[in-house]
Amino acid sequence: MSTSYLIKNVSVLGGEPTDLLLKDGVIADGADASADGAEVIDATGLIALPGLVDLHTHLREPGREDAETVETGTQAAAKGGYTAVHAMANTEPVADTAGVVEQVWRLGREAGYCDVFPVGAVTVGLQGERLAELGAMADSAARVRVFSDDGKCVSDAVLMRRALEYVKAFDGVVAQHAQEPRLTEGAQMNEGELSGRLGLAGWPAVAEEAIIARDVLLAEHVGSRLHVCHVSTAGSVELIRWAKGKAAKDKTWSVTAEACPHHLLLTDELAATYDPIYKVNPPLRSAADVEALKAGLADGTIDIVATDHAPHPHEDKDCEWAAAAFGMLGLETALSIVQQTMVDTGLLDWAGVAERMSAAPARIGRVSDQHGRPVAVGEPANVVLYDPAATRVVDPAESASLSRNTPYRGMELPGRVVATFLRGTATVLDGKLQ
Amino acid sequence: MKRHLLSAADLSRDDAELVLSTAAELRELADRPIKKLPALRGRTVVNLFFEDSTRTRISFEAAAKRLSADVINFAAKGSSLSKGESLKDTALTLEAMGADAVVVRHGASGAPHRLANSGWVRSSVVNAGDGTHEHPTQALLDAFTMWRHLGESKPGGLEGRKVAIVGDVLHSRVARSNALLLQTLGADVTLVAPPTLLPVGVETWPVEVSYDLDAVIPKADAVMMLRVQAERMNGGFFPTAREYSRRYGLDGRRMATLQDHTIVMHPGPMVRGMEITADVADSDRSVIVEQVTNGVAVRMAVLYLLLGGSTPAVGGEE
Repeated sequence: MSTSYLIKNVSVLGGEPTDLLLKDGVIADGADASADGAEVIDATGLIALPGLVDLHTHLREPGREDAETVETGTQAAAKGGYTAVHAMANTEPVADTAGVVEQVWRLGREAGYCDVFPVGAVTVGLQGERLAELGAMADSAARVRVFSDDGKCVSDAVLMRRALEYVKAFDGVVAQHAQEPRLTEGAQMNEGELSGRLGLAGWPAVAEEAIIARDVLLAEHVGSRLHVCHVSTAGSVELIRWAKGKAAKDKTWSVTAEACPHHLLLTDELAATYDPIYKVNPPLRSAADVEALKAGLADGTIDIVATDHAPHPHEDKDCEWAAAAFGMLGLETALSIVQQTMVDTGLLDWAGVAERMSAAPARIGRVSDQHGRPVAVGEPANVVLYDPAATRVVDPAESASLSRNTPYRGMELPGRVVATFLRGTATVLDGKLQ
Repeated sequence: MKRHLLSAADLSRDDAELVLSTAAELRELADRPIKKLPALRGRTVVNLFFEDSTRTRISFEAAAKRLSADVINFAAKGSSLSKGESLKDTALTLEAMGADAVVVRHGASGAPHRLANSGWVRSSVVNAGDGTHEHPTQALLDAFTMWRHLGESKPGGLEGRKVAIVGDVLHSRVARSNALLLQTLGADVTLVAPPTLLPVGVETWPVEVSYDLDAVIPKADAVMMLRVQAERMNGGFFPTAREYSRRYGLDGRRMATLQDHTIVMHPGPMVRGMEITADVADSDRSVIVEQVTNGVAVRMAVLYLLLGGSTPAVGGEE
């Protein structure tokens, strides 16, 4: 019989202290007599949130096991408070067949640190030329519902239209990496005053916004579900706000959007160091963009926080900016960044955090039968215990990820994940992997 | 002076004028039968060139040799961009050889900055041109040339002088460094280019901007023409080479509108017939060849000052 846990004096979503019993994979009443024999965790001062759900993770396996594996990536996820991650399709080979998505799904089950839901590629080989077998991936054991060419934009308007139409047959969603390719050839950083000064090719906001504008109109036209990955500009927030207003009246289509922790905290000024630890796609933007994203996340225009956790081996960052890979780690720091930027600033309460980091991403990914549930009696015991009063200085060496490319090295961040439970089993206890 | 020269912005006005006055002393050496000083004897200067640039490399090489430094030329064909040896490993190799100064030319903006700030090398780093970022010694030699012609080689000599920089500012490391240095020295810079060849945010630079060459050059004391690289013609930045030349090229007709004392400059290599016509390039106003001579003197001054020669550069013979 598996261990059961009696969590004492825990504040569910920041509410009044209570006791929770995690037993047989579900949440039971802490006052229940069956709590006898349970391992007791004193959770005084800790907050209970539903296990976090990441809609945007790069686990790198298969193909780049030097950067991350499903096992190490899900270990990092567990340490960050996640009980489910959606693994992006840009692996080698690309996750564009039932075989590859089932492999990733199976590796996740074997690792056991959190549930892995593979994202299927929209187009064969991410080449943007013809649709991958989306139906086969949807029907596979991995039950894929989220499709994305992330890393590349489905830039062809007809192909995007067809993808949006086709996924309606199995309640899928197309998660678009919004980047007009011609406007961003060779792009290295946010296009603005600083890119001109640093001599780094610019990635203009319009390249993201033009695709979002097109895609929301396509989603409306064909009556489908669009999800916008890693929104990074104030203009994108404005467009999505407008689109959501239209969709709310119509109800035959929908648009959802995600923001990444790094876009809520860091700005393009960091590129002046020429240190590619700050190189990411879409790039770090201006302080005004950061403020617009935070406001959008607070008012629900941006539905979720997704990490875009992107591990890279040291040599791909220990070089000149233009030669470096795009991307940064995110799973183990996301909740702290959200606390710092959204909670400690009064923009979101803990219920809002649970919605943005667990319930909403689970709904978008169609996994809310198991994840993103309320922390309540009878629900699956996917729970994270978090100490918002703790602080820590980020040390990349402590990461469970195989990679070390965190932009927060040396920064003091609030909060600490104390424990993570996946269906009642502790994946993290006292901040340590189990 | 700072330990590295990565950007023209690293130079205060005092630093820049010290380089110019030191270069003026060193330039006189060029007229002596024996052009060599012992100032950097026993020091090693590495020319690390990831891009072909014969003129800049030989200028640095001549500068280092005239100061009696040992010179190692390292033509690193293929940067880590093209999956050759990484910048870091190259740097570690040079460090192991005991370089005192590394002069680096690289196609990636910020590569010298990485070399200087990543703990890979202890030596001084001199940026000899990085991507579309900066080329500070070119700006120094340009300023030196203007200072001799327009500023009587005196401190403050470029104060209020008007300099027009014309052409592909967007991709030009020369333009960036010149805009910064000339502002430091008190000159007034106007950038002239089609809007497609100006960087986003140029309005925040300490310069004037114009799309109209004919309106700007009659007031200029110096006109600096920038090279337009062949690949820009295919990039849709302007319709045709002929249209570019008509609107932004310096030809004899335009040259006739210049003031008598105005000089014409070009960092080279020129595309004759594109941004400058042969009659202008070869005219009495052209100081293009002199810029090359001045380049050696300015680079001698930079190496000497960075490597901290404690004795005066000239007259310190043992």
